[in-house]
Amino acid sequence: MKLLEEKIFKALMLISAFVIIAVIGYILFTIVSKGIGSLTWDMISKGPGGGFYLGKEGGVLNAIVGSFYLVIGAVVIALFLSIPVTMYINFYLTKTSFFAKTVRFSFDILFGIPSIVYGAFGFAVMIYFGLKASLFGGIVVVGMLITPIIMRSLDEVARFIPRDLIEAPLSLGATKYEMIKILLRQLMPGITTAVLLAIGRGIGDAATVLFTAGYTDNIPTSLSHPTATLPLAIFFQLGSPIEEVQNRAYASALILTIIILILSLSARYFSRKLSKNKV
Amino acid sequence: MIRFRLFKDKTARLSMLGITILSLGFLLLIGIGLFYMSLPILREKETWKLLTSSNWKPFKGEFGFLPYIISTLHVTFIAIVIALPFSLLTSIYLTEYASEKIRNFFAPIIDLLSGIPPVIYGVWGTLTIVPFISEDIAPHFVEFSSGYSVLAGGIVLSVMITPLLISIFSEVFGSIPKEMREASLSLGATKWQTVKQIVLRKSLPGIVAAIALAVSRAFGETIAVLMVCGNIPIIPSSIFDACYPLPALIANNYGEMLSIPSYESALMMAAFLLFIIIVIFNASSRLILNRIERRYHV
Amino acid sequence: MKTDNLEQVETISENSIIDIMTHSDIINPHIRVEGLNLNIGENHILKDVNLSIPSKKITCIIGPSGCGKTTLLRSFNRMHDDSPNVKITGKIFVDDENIYDEKAQVISIRKKMGLLAQRPCPLPMSILDNITYGPRIHGAWNRRKLYATAKHYLTEVGLWDEVKERLRSSPGHLSIGQQQRLCLARGLAVEPEIILGDEATSALDPISTKKIEELFVTLKKDYTIVLVTHTLRQAKRIADYIAFMYMGKLIEFGTTDQIFNHPQKQLTKDYISGYFS
Repeated sequence: MKLLEEKIFKALMLISAFVIIAVIGYILFTIVSKGIGSLTWDMISKGPGGGFYLGKEGGVLNAIVGSFYLVIGAVVIALFLSIPVTMYINFYLTKTSFFAKTVRFSFDILFGIPSIVYGAFGFAVMIYFGLKASLFGGIVVVGMLITPIIMRSLDEVARFIPRDLIEAPLSLGATKYEMIKILLRQLMPGITTAVLLAIGRGIGDAATVLFTAGYTDNIPTSLSHPTATLPLAIFFQLGSPIEEVQNRAYASALILTIIILILSLSARYFSRKLSKNKV
Repeated sequence: MIRFRLFKDKTARLSMLGITILSLGFLLLIGIGLFYMSLPILREKETWKLLTSSNWKPFKGEFGFLPYIISTLHVTFIAIVIALPFSLLTSIYLTEYASEKIRNFFAPIIDLLSGIPPVIYGVWGTLTIVPFISEDIAPHFVEFSSGYSVLAGGIVLSVMITPLLISIFSEVFGSIPKEMREASLSLGATKWQTVKQIVLRKSLPGIVAAIALAVSRAFGETIAVLMVCGNIPIIPSSIFDACYPLPALIANNYGEMLSIPSYESALMMAAFLLFIIIVIFNASSRLILNRIERRYHV
Repeated sequence: MKTDNLEQVETISENSIIDIMTHSDIINPHIRVEGLNLNIGENHILKDVNLSIPSKKITCIIGPSGCGKTTLLRSFNRMHDDSPNVKITGKIFVDDENIYDEKAQVISIRKKMGLLAQRPCPLPMSILDNITYGPRIHGAWNRRKLYATAKHYLTEVGLWDEVKERLRSSPGHLSIGQQQRLCLARGLAVEPEIILGDEATSALDPISTKKIEELFVTLKKDYTIVLVTHTLRQAKRIADYIAFMYMGKLIEFGTTDQIFNHPQKQLTKDYISGYFS
C-alpha cells in the first residue's frame, strides 16, 4: 500500500517532468518549423522595403538593430544604477543592516512589477514632459525593467565574496573604494551572467516598448528617433491579414528565439565559469 | 596623496549612497505617480462603482473595470490550476529523487523556459493552443469558440509561470535540512512518506509564497495573453469565451486615448490597480521567503 | 577541572598588572596594548589586555581556541572596524601613536602592518600585479621600479625562481604554499614595519610550513613579527617571546625559555604540558 502510493506518485512526477520537456520541445519545434521557411538572408540583412507590409521585399534589420541599440543603452543605465547599489549594501553596510534589507526588499518588489506597468508609467511621464516615443524613452524604460534583474543577480554573487578577499586589500592599506575595485574584478563573471540574462529579458519584452519606443522602418540614428524592436515587429506583422507578412512574423519569431537561445547558453557558460574559478 | 585617496573614497561612498537612496525612492515614485495620474477619474466617479460596473464605454465616459478584473482573475486561476501540479511534482522529483545528472540536464531547460520572451509564447499560443481549443476541445462543450479564449490565455500563462514556480519550489525544498529527512527515513518511512509528511508540510509557507509570486506574475503578463485571449470586454461565461485582462486593456488602448477626457486617467487607474495588487502579493510572499531563507541558511 | 581554571583566572587577573610591569622593561616596544577591552554584542571577548610587543623579534600568541588570540591580533591593524557590534575600549600604541585615536588614519596604520591570513588569498589579478598592488595604491607608478620591487620581494620570500616565467599569469595555479609566500611578499611590498600572522601556516603542508617559518626567522632582523599559533611546537621553534592567553585574558608573557621551562602560572604550566588545548 505504502509502496503503491510511492509508485503512483513517482510515475506522476516523471510524467510531469516529461511534459515540461515536451512542452518546451513543442514550442521550439513550432517556432522553428513555422519560421524556417521564410527565414531568408534578406530578413536579417535588410530593412523593410517599399510595400513590405503588403508582402513585398525587405526584412527586419531595423527591428534587430533597434532592439540591440535599445537593450545596450538599457544595460548601461542598469549597470550604472545596480553596481553602486549592490556594492553599497554589501560592502558598506553590515549583513544585519535594516537599510540594506529595505533596499533588497524594494528591489525584490521592483523585480515583480510587470513590464506593462513600467511601460505605462514611463509613457505617462514622457507625455508629462512633452517627449515623443523615442529610442531614448525606450532605453530608460527598459533600463528600469532590467535594473532589478541585474541588481538581484549581482547581489546574489556579491553576498558570497569570501571575507578573506575583502580583508586582503584592506590589510594592505587600501581604502574601501580601492577594495571595491578589486572585488569588481572578482565579480566580473557574475556581472557578465547578469547582463546576459538582462539582455534576454530586455530584448524580448514588448509591453515596455509598445508606447515608449514607437516603431519605424528606419534604423535610428539619434536617441530622439523612434525605433523598431523585434517583439513589436513580430506582433505587428502577425496582426496583418496577408499571409506573406504573417510568415515573416514567424521568421522574426525564429530570429528572436535564436538570439535568446544564444544569450541563455552563454549566460550558462559564464555562470559555470564563475563557480569553477573561485580563487 | 593620502588625502586625495580619502577624498576619492569619500566621494565614491557618498555617490553610492546617493544612488542607493535614489533607487529606493523609485518604487515610491511609481506608486505615487500612478496614483496621481488616476486621480481625475477617482474624483469623478465612485471607486467602488468603477470596480464593480461592467459598462466600458469610454466615448460616453463610462468606465467599468469589472470585465477586465474578472478576466484577469479567470485567466490567472486557470494558469495556476494547470501549472501547480506539474511544477510541484517536477520540483519534488528534481530535489528529492533525481540524480545530479538529471538535475543538471533540467537546469538549462528551466532557464530557457523562463527566458523565452512573452511574444514568442504568444506566437506559439496562436499557432497551436488557439486552433486546438476551437477545433478539438470546445466543440465537445459549446457550440462555437474561436479558440481565442480564457482557456487559451490560461494555458499559455501556465507554461510561462511554470519555470518561476519550479525554481522557487526547488529553493524552498532545498532549504529543508537534510537531517530532518534522514530522521524520518531512519524511522522506516518511505521516501514519498518523508516528502509528504516532512518536506511538503515544512515547505507549506514557501509553497504559498511561490504561488503568490506566480499569481502576481500572471496578473501582469501582457503581450502573450493579449495575443490569445480575444480581447472582448465582456464578463466571460465559460472558459471558451473571449476575455480581456487588465494588462491587455492598457496595452491595446494606451496611446490612442488622448482625445477622450478621463480615458487616460482610467487606463492609469488600471495600471495603478495592477501595481497595488502586485506589490501586495510580492511583498507578502517575499517576506515569507526571506524568513525561510533566514531560518535555514544561517 | 573547568571551575578550577576559572578560579585561577580570577585570582591571576588581580596579579596580572604586576606581571606585565615586570615585562615593561622591554626596550622600546613596537606595539603597546593598554587596557584593551573588546566586546562583540554581549560577549566580552578581550578582557583588559596589557601587553608590550618587542621590536624586531618574533612574538607568538598562544592559547586554546576561542581564547581571543586572533581577535587581539586583528585589533592591531583595526580589522574590526567594519564588523558590526564590535566595541573596543583601551589603547594600542604603534610607534607611540594610539591607533584607536580619533585622528588616526586607518589606511596608514594598515600600511605599517602586513597581515598574513590563515589561508592565502591572492587578489584576482596576475602574480606581478598582486605584488605591486600595495605600492600602486600607495602611489607608486613607475613600471620599472614596480617590477624591481616585485622581483625584490619575490626573491626575499624565495618565490622568484619559481614564478619568474609566469609573472603575468594568474596566481590560481600556484600551490597553496606558494600562494601563501606570494601573499607574504605582497604584504612586504607595502614596506611595513610589522608582520602579523593569523595561524598563517595552518592550511599548509609541512614543507611549506617549514619554508614560511624559516622566512619569519630571517625577516625578524628587519620586522617585528607577531604570530597567532595554536601549535605549541611552532611557537617553541621560532618564537622569541610568547604571550599566553586564556578566555580573553592575557595570562602570562615572557621569553620562550621562561614560558616553556619556567612558567609562573599554573594555567600556563597546564597548557604547555598539554592538560588542555
